[in-house]
Parts: sequence; structure tokens; C-alpha cells
Amino acid sequence: MDIKLKLNGKAISAQCDADTILLDFLRERGCYSVKRGCDTSNCGLCTVLMDGKPILSCSMLAARADGHSIQTLEGLQEEAADFVGFIADQGADQCGFCNPGFVMNTIALLRENPDPTDDEIRAYLAGNLCRCSGYDGQLRGIRSYLNSRKG
Amino acid sequence: MEERTYKVVGKSFRKKDSMQLLLGKPVYMDDVTPNALVVKILRSPHPNAIVQEINTKAARLVPGVVDIFTWEDVPKTRFAIAGQTYPEPSPYDRLILDRHVRFAGDAVAIIAAETEKAALKAMKLIKVKYEVLEAVLDYHTALDNPIWVHPEEDWEPPCEVGGTNRRNLVASGVDSDGDVEGVLASCDIVLDRTFHTKAFNQAMMEPFGCFTQLDRYGRLHVISSTQIVFHTRRILSRALGIPKSRIRVEKPRIGGGFGAKQTAVCDVYPAFVTMKTGRPAKLIYTREESQIAGSPRHEMEIRVRLGANRDGKIRVLDLYTLSNSGAYGEHGPTTVGLSGHKSIPLYTGSLEAYRFGYDVVYTNLQAAGAYRGYGATQGIFAVESVVNELAETLGIDPTLIRDKNMVRQGMVMPAYYGETASACALDRCMAHCKEMFGWEEKYPVRDMGNGKVRAAGVAMAMQGSCISNVDVGSATVKLSEDGTYNLIIGAADMGTGCDTILAQMVAEMMDCSFDDVAVFGADTDASPYDSGSYASSTTYITGKAVEKACTELKTRICAIGAELLGCEPDAVVMESGKVRRIDTDQTVSLTDIAYKAQVNNTIPAEATATHSSPVSPPPYMVGMVEIELDKLTGLVTILDYMAVVDCGIPINPALARIQTEGGIVQGIGHTLMENVTYDSHGRPAERSFMQYKIPTRLDMGTLRVEFEHSYEPTGPFGAKSIGEIVINTPAPAIAHAIARATGVWHRELPITPEKVAMSIDGQE
Repeated sequence: MDIKLKLNGKAISAQCDADTILLDFLRERGCYSVKRGCDTSNCGLCTVLMDGKPILSCSMLAARADGHSIQTLEGLQEEAADFVGFIADQGADQCGFCNPGFVMNTIALLRENPDPTDDEIRAYLAGNLCRCSGYDGQLRGIRSYLNSRKG
Repeated sequence: MEERTYKVVGKSFRKKDSMQLLLGKPVYMDDVTPNALVVKILRSPHPNAIVQEINTKAARLVPGVVDIFTWEDVPKTRFAIAGQTYPEPSPYDRLILDRHVRFAGDAVAIIAAETEKAALKAMKLIKVKYEVLEAVLDYHTALDNPIWVHPEEDWEPPCEVGGTNRRNLVASGVDSDGDVEGVLASCDIVLDRTFHTKAFNQAMMEPFGCFTQLDRYGRLHVISSTQIVFHTRRILSRALGIPKSRIRVEKPRIGGGFGAKQTAVCDVYPAFVTMKTGRPAKLIYTREESQIAGSPRHEMEIRVRLGANRDGKIRVLDLYTLSNSGAYGEHGPTTVGLSGHKSIPLYTGSLEAYRFGYDVVYTNLQAAGAYRGYGATQGIFAVESVVNELAETLGIDPTLIRDKNMVRQGMVMPAYYGETASACALDRCMAHCKEMFGWEEKYPVRDMGNGKVRAAGVAMAMQGSCISNVDVGSATVKLSEDGTYNLIIGAADMGTGCDTILAQMVAEMMDCSFDDVAVFGADTDASPYDSGSYASSTTYITGKAVEKACTELKTRICAIGAELLGCEPDAVVMESGKVRRIDTDQTVSLTDIAYKAQVNNTIPAEATATHSSPVSPPPYMVGMVEIELDKLTGLVTILDYMAVVDCGIPINPALARIQTEGGIVQGIGHTLMENVTYDSHGRPAERSFMQYKIPTRLDMGTLRVEFEHSYEPTGPFGAKSIGEIVINTPAPAIAHAIARATGVWHRELPITPEKVAMSIDGQE
């Protein structure tokens, strides 16, 4: 089937099977930041933005993106670069496989709530699993970014 | 304590790869390899069966299917997929495909297709007729069971570890010192307790995966998510029957390993497809395959007999571990050793005698493997729990009972291969942790008046730093024309940050900036030999190799510099990016030296060094937890987890801290929520993250980690290991807190809310 969507700001027309998963569709188009960590919508690694809202691309058909705007980390490099260095300073990137999904969801969080509390950060990102860091370093990174913005 | 001031070592640099990782750049196996044949594995639904007939005709007709392989197509040489130094302690008990399938999930056929869809369609069309055999599903009944998991004649142990396939026995042994029964008989109190830990999954975020192709010389080129490039090359060579010179194995960035990728879990399948078809092939396990056909922790049952005096002096420890290796023996003979050798020595201070016996058995369940902690985690849960129970029974503060008995600096540890605790700050870790945690206030049980109780628990831990007399680490350091350096290693950074901390060591040694060191690893064609990243060895062993390589390179740089300065090499010194002639103060820059090295020169501006160690200095740690327990639902909430670690000198404190925090949270997962259960066919119930619950960021409370430095004289810059020890304290500390809150000692992991609630009901 033919679909039309905006991918990272660019209008594209594409052919895909009716059962193509959005995650696979995006990786086929070079969006390698989108990772598969499970097949059950549990890990958050495949998080992308659809019309600005975070969704799990493993649980959505590519066809459902027809007429919508999809953003992956490839398209949000500058917005991410603004804060991810603070996470790197904590060493909390670790293996990195969960990072793109977690960074995408953090972008969504900070757009919705520019000054979240620690509990709000934990709650918003609860669906983003990480097996390496123990989570606290990620939180410290986001917190020190927020503090730096307050000057 | 000898502690020096360093310029680069001891500083928290960002990981070399952190911005690439955080910005989602393509760095993992599936990102950096082209499209290839999709490889899928048809798996047995039966735990023990013989493939009588296998019909692939209909499957082969599916458009896009390239080939399907069965047991008839594969080489007949048995091999082991454990990443261990040759001769491996793990038995040669596998074929790429075996007619005899030994666990529900064992490989029956390999499908290679142009697309995943075609491969999956073909999988459904393969018709297999099984002769279903009775299975050994309870590891208690495995030893000398009339059903043999490995009845084959060609079962072969590469080295003697006390096992025989005729008894379902992978390994067996006993080790002791002193008169165990005599001391037990003379003790005021003897506790005899049995513990049970499950086959927990590493659940690294990147599942197992491997890409293979024939390179421009027609050799097998393997790009694998692995911790062990050199072992994988050796394993593939034996399994496929091709020379090692025909194989190249490299790793890209690794999305987590925790030991899972210390076993070549999936590499043989795409490698076989490429050798058969000549085409690139790729296999990526689903999360379900990673859960049911991976390489999880060894399930263990550990019986501890502890004898002590009324004053709390621990005089004797007697451990027996029964370890369940599952259907294949990977890491079976070695993991079990750590359950005793890395728990008993914690009490060296007062111990008069110890005994440690073990059996490792085959069953028709998923094969176990290496997982961070590697047996020590299981043993420490048992020993630390018994010590906590002893303290509570005698009415002695459990931190004080440890002060009385723990290993201290300078002690010889009979239960740890007679090694001396040359750097040990365990006593300071305990004092520091007590103060930081507020032990005096938190230890008393507090009823919150709303059905909830707050309580605290404590545990100590140790691990090793490398496998002594076995592990080998190497490093090559090269000078470039602009005075920067390349570091080339065979150790595998799997997110741990070893590329970064080893580069810090180069910068420290060569007196250059951290940014002037580029790191490459790991590739069997390009890297100097390294056993791989496991057994807590990389900082300690490969780190020392880096130090040695830098020392040698400095000598060579000085020799080239001396030629330029017209003097003997011993008349110059290397300092801050220059070589200086001592008598004249003339200098030459590293740029001059590097260019000189490229013209009419016979002295290499590079050096390779190799290191191994006769000792494996343990890091030490104390963990303390405060929980809130809901007596109605049994829910245990972690409020605070605090830990103090002695890893010698931390090379990069931020990374050491994250390692510790990550290990603690994994340990919390094993203790409270991660479960492994089987149905009557031996099929694991926890097949996805829907059922296998790993901790989220809402599950770990407040973490706090600090360090007590010791200086390990045999380590690079005084360093010991950090990667594994950190997973060991949560289980005994949390079980202790639960016992304080409820009066019930839970000796089986995980301690789920259901178990806690039922145990409280049972009391009332």
C-alpha cells in the first residue's frame, strides 16, 4: 500500500505492506536510532514522536503513520544535544542501546513540562527500561541540565 | 596505604563513545551491517526428544527461502560455546544441530531466507516428527538418573573437572581446610540452612545477534555482539571445521552483555549459513529467544552449615552447592566454584575450618552460562543470609558480628587459594556505610501504624579481579605523527567504559591529554590477544598490559629521540610531549620523533605488551538497605540503598559509580521481582518482558554509592575490579530487612509480594 507521511520534517511517499511495523519501516529508511528491545511494548527502546507525542513504534503499523508526522532522534539532534552531554558527564549512557528511546521520551517530557520534579521525571520515563545504569545517573544528568538552565 | 596523585587517572571523563550513543548514531551490529539473508531457528517444543523425521519440502517452496539445514547437514564434531581459555573447563557437548534435542527451545533447523517474512512462513511449514523422551526437569533428581541428558559416545571434557555424562554430572569437587566436623561439634551454635536461587536472565537491552559474510579474501568475517572475539573465533573454527586463519571476528558497540555474551550463543548459525551459501547472513534473537534459549545464571541450591561461638565468633563454614547447568555445560564447572571461593573468604578473620563441595548437573532445561557475579552472587546470598540469621539469633548487631569476623588487610585467605588480602578496606567500607546510611537509626524495626513496617538489612560482598594464572590481556599503543596515540585492544567494551578507562591510563602514562588517545577494539585480525571482557579482568589485567605497553613505547620514543639528538638513549628523558637531552636541554617534539619513525628507521614507534596475573585481588563492598513492607499485600518497597565499595583506586569514579548503581538495581530485580518458572514440559513461563519483570526507575528508591580506596600493588595505578561485585549485596541485605520486618527468613529468590504475604499469614 502507498502511504504519505512527514519523516523528520521531510514529506515522503512510500510503499509498504499492510503488516509492516513502523519500527521496521523507520530502520529501513536509515533511522537506525530506533531500536528493538522487546516485542511486547515493554522496554521503550523504539520510542519516536508522532505529531509530537511519544509512541512505541514496535506496536504501530507503518500504515497508521499515513498522514502524520514522525520524528526520530535523527531529526532531533540539536534538541537532544542540548541536554545529553549532562547524562554523559554522569557516565550514565553505558551500553547506549536504550539511550535513543529514553532521549526521545525525555524530549517529549521537557516539551510538556519544562521544569519537572524528580518524581515527575521518574514517572514519565518509567516505561524506558535500562539494564546498565540503575537509572539514578540518568536522573542526575537531567537534573543537572535543568539546574544549568536556571543558571 | 600507598596512594598517588594522578593527572588523568581518578578523574571522571565522559565515555569515549558517549555522544555517539546518546545521539542514537548507528554503532551496533544491526546498524553497521548490510541487509543479508535472514536466519531463523526452528526450536523444539519438547525438553527431551529425538528428531525422527524432518520434512522441509513445503517450506523450501516458500518464495524467498534460500536454504534449510537440519541435523543431517552439519559437521559432527562436538564443541562448547562458552567463552573460556583453552582447554575450556566446559564440556564439548554441542553440535550446530543435533538429532537429539535437549531442552524446549533447542535448535532443530536453520532457515535462511531473503526476508524475515519468508523465513517465518517456512518455519511453520517444516514438519518434524519427534520421538518424545521422558525429561529430567528437577535438578535434584538429575544425578545418577537413569535418563541421560547426554548419552552420546562422543561427549568430551577438554579438561578434567570431575564430570561424566553417564551420571548427568558436568562437574564435581570438594575443597577444605581444617577439621570441619570437629570444629562444628565444638561450636555453641550451628545453623544449617538451605538456599535456592533461580536461572535469572541478563536481559541486556540488545538481544543476541551476529552477522557473517565472506570477506574480500573469501574468509569468514563475523561481526558479533560479543564480549569474546578471540574465543568466538576458536569456537567457530572447531564447530565449522575451518582453520582460524580463515576467520575474522570483530565486535562493534555492544548493547549490554553482563556475561550473556561471554557465550557464543547464536554465532554458529549465521556462520554456518554463510559457509554453506557463500552469502551474508544475519541472525538477531527475538526477546523471547533471548529469554528461553540464551545463557542465564545457574540455578543453585546451597546448603550452609555455620558454626559459631555465643559471642559471635564464626569458626566454621561448610557449603555444598548443587548447580543446575541445564541442557549443556557452558560455564557449569567454573561458576559453581565462586559460590564457595568468593563467599567463605569474607570470614577469614575468625575461621578455623571450611569445606566447600559441589556437584553440577545436566537437566533438560535451558542451558545456563555466565552472568555478572558468576556464582559468587548465589553463594554470597546464602552465606550472608546465614550470618545475618546468626546475628539476630544471638542478639548481636549484624554489623558488629561482621567487624568481629571479616577479612582484613594482610590476612592470608585459605578459602581463596591461599591468597593474601593485599589491599582490603572492607572494615572501612563497613564503618563508612554505617555512618552514611544511618544504621543506628534505621536498624530498629519501625511500625508505621498503617500496616506498613520499616526495616533495614546489611550484607558484605567480594569478587575477584581476573582468573588468576589464566586470563591474558594485551594492548598495543602507537604514536602518530601529530603526537597523538592509538590504543588497540582485544578487550570488549560492552557499555562498561573499558575503552575510556584504558585510554585514561594511556594518557596518564604518556603524559598527554585524554582526547589525544583514540581507542580501537576488538577485532581478531587487528587486536593483540585478549581473553575478552569477563571475570572482572579488564581494568586489572588489560589495564596492566596498557601500563606495560606505554612503558615500552616510552623507551622506544626515547631511543628515536636520542638518534635525533645525537646521543645514547639513556642520555634523554621523555617529559610532557617532548624528549629532552639531559646534558644540553635540547628537545625534540613527538611530531619530529613520529616523522623520524617513518624515515630510514628500525625502531617501531609502537609497542605491544601482554599481562597475566598469579593473583586475583578481590574488591570488597558493603551494602545496606532500608525497606518499607506492606504486611497486607507483602509489597516490599526499597526506600534507600547505600553501598561503599573498595575497588582499589577507581580509574574513573563516575563510571565506577554507575557500574555500582546498575549492579545494585539488577540485584534488586533478582531479589524482588525477576522470576523463572517452568511448565510441566520444562518451558519457561517468563518468555518476554511482559512476564520477566526487570526493575523500572520506580523500583529502586534512593541510591547512594561511595568508595573507600585501597591500593592494590599488582593492579594498574592501584586498581582492582568493579564490574561484578556490585550485584552481590542486594539479595542478602533485602532478605535480612524482610526478616527483620516479618520474622520470616526467605531463602528462595525472588522474594515476591505473594511469598511475603503468605509467609505472614502462615505465622498468624
